[in-house]
Amino acid sequence: MTAVVVSGAGRVFDGGSGAGTVALTDVDLTVGEGELVSLIGPSGCGKSTLLRLIADLDAPTSGSVAVFGKTAERARKDQDYGIAFQQAGLLPWRSVRANVELPMQLRGAGGLSGRAERAARSAELLALVGLTDFADHRPHQLSGGMQQRVAIARALARSPRLLLMDEPFGALDEMTRERLQDELLRIRAATGAAVVFVTHSIAEAVYLSDRVVVMSPRPGRVVATLDVPLGGPADRVARGIGLREDPAYFERVSAVREVLHSGDAASDRVSS
Amino acid sequence: MSPSRRSSPPRRSSPPRRLSRSLAGTAGVLALAAAWEAYKALVPDDGWVLGEVRVLPRTTDVAMPHLWDMAARAAEPLTSAPDSPPLWLATLQGAGFTLGVSAVGWVVGVTFGLLVAVLMARFVPARAGLLPWVVLSQTVPLIAIAPLVKRWGAQLEIGTFDWQDWMSVAVIASYLAFFPVSVGALRGFTSPDAAADGVRLDLFRAYGVGWWTTFWRLRAPSSVPYLLPALRLAAANAVVGTVVAEVSTGLRGGLGRMIVEFGASASADPAKQWSPIAGAVLVGLAATGLVALVALGLRRYQSGDVA
Ligand SMILES: Nc1ncnc2c1ncn2[C@@H]1O[C@H](COP(=O)(O)OP(=O)(O)OP(=O)(O)O)[C@@H](O)[C@H]1O
Ligand SMILES: [Mg+2]
Repeated sequence: MTAVVVSGAGRVFDGGSGAGTVALTDVDLTVGEGELVSLIGPSGCGKSTLLRLIADLDAPTSGSVAVFGKTAERARKDQDYGIAFQQAGLLPWRSVRANVELPMQLRGAGGLSGRAERAARSAELLALVGLTDFADHRPHQLSGGMQQRVAIARALARSPRLLLMDEPFGALDEMTRERLQDELLRIRAATGAAVVFVTHSIAEAVYLSDRVVVMSPRPGRVVATLDVPLGGPADRVARGIGLREDPAYFERVSAVREVLHSGDAASDRVSS
Repeated sequence: MSPSRRSSPPRRSSPPRRLSRSLAGTAGVLALAAAWEAYKALVPDDGWVLGEVRVLPRTTDVAMPHLWDMAARAAEPLTSAPDSPPLWLATLQGAGFTLGVSAVGWVVGVTFGLLVAVLMARFVPARAGLLPWVVLSQTVPLIAIAPLVKRWGAQLEIGTFDWQDWMSVAVIASYLAFFPVSVGALRGFTSPDAAADGVRLDLFRAYGVGWWTTFWRLRAPSSVPYLLPALRLAAANAVVGTVVAEVSTGLRGGLGRMIVEFGASASADPAKQWSPIAGAVLVGLAATGLVALVALGLRRYQSGDVA
């Protein structure tokens, strides 16, 4: 079963007077089970809007969104996805462990209602993101990169088969960023979850994704979809730095860059 | 950020800091006492008069008794009656009474303020409808409503429940205490809406939980940094409200009445009225201390914000 099917989705924001902002128009997107798809494009092209439609944090004004064959609303209420944003959004009064346990606590019905079960699961997740020693710390005692790892662990709390991530590494320095990219690949290899990943970085998109979806603004739309045949996540982690220096990787980076720039040209033509 | 800070829990109010704070407090009191006596020593008895206008108040023993005279008077009996308790004891009893009434007023006011804030946070139309009334309520002059509340209270008859006069005073205290709490709590409850584009609210929505769960898990804890100053203000308001209402309803037993009574005989016994005034300061300190205890219980929720 496919993880996400967006068909003909559009979103117009009412500007209060007259014609609103067309944030998205006629977007089709399919994300297969276990697939990692990046959304890339200039600021304001509707990447976040599209992600929010999939998460049912916002509703499309036209078209439809299905997640695991259900409506987006049903999928949200069933907690079928985990989500992470550019801001970690941790609760400062909770310990790192309690932050990771938050989604399990809020929805006991999923079988993780027991304290012991929750503790076991959060220990597992903190080990996955390398923060076992910080379980009892409070968020303000952690660096930005560590907070982001907590947020990712929290997104994984209920073992979702779909992860939605909106520039999760956007506020981090380059080195931390590359480390977390590898971590995400490992997590993906371990969990087999599908991922929709919003980013501004071409290199990041290529390094992580099976497919890169290039978007263009005014109105926000998909201009191209590029395959990235660089192997599965486990392969990529195994190759590590070698992959980042592989000619095939560079070739894909240039291909995405070209489409992004021709997308600019296309939108210039439209507006002139 | 240093590694050591990251790997050890932060110490909030370390003993040296607390010590220096109480030292500063003591120094402040001593400075005030010194200023009082210095003023009294330096300025002539009649104050300073420029033309027709007195620009500095008189310093006679009637207007400004020496501090040691006040202390000495406090040690003497309240009245000339043979079984009269010492003034300081009567003052302490009055202070205890006033503190008790203030505390009842504070609790009622805080409860009511929180309820109003929850209502306004939950129902946006209620916010638009209630907030102006909350603000308007505070423009009613306290002295004017105190006797009214007393009269209404006296007419209350609920079964065997008998309305006491001190309850009217507590109601007035709560009326003043409720305002800062409702405004502060509303700001606190709605603070997640503004914080960093509402990521935390988006998260809770993504978890598929309802408004009340979001309220208890997110809005209420987020409100604490806004709530604590409001609780402090409410405590101060409750004390002032109690003393003023004691004066204007003539309630016996508390400091308000003592200040009025002793003030009436000030020319004969000028040091006497300073005892209940000092008592009022004590009540204020005690109220602040009680709120500090509440803050201590909530300190987990006060920590700095994280992204
Ligand atoms: N709540 C909103 N109300 C009105 N307009 C909005 C709203 N959210 C987004 N928009 C508009 O929709 C368009 C797309 O916004 P969106 O946030 O999806 O862009 P983005 O691709 O995520 O940009 P960035 O890379 O800067 O995050 C923008 O023009 C934006 O102004
Ligand atoms: Mg965005």
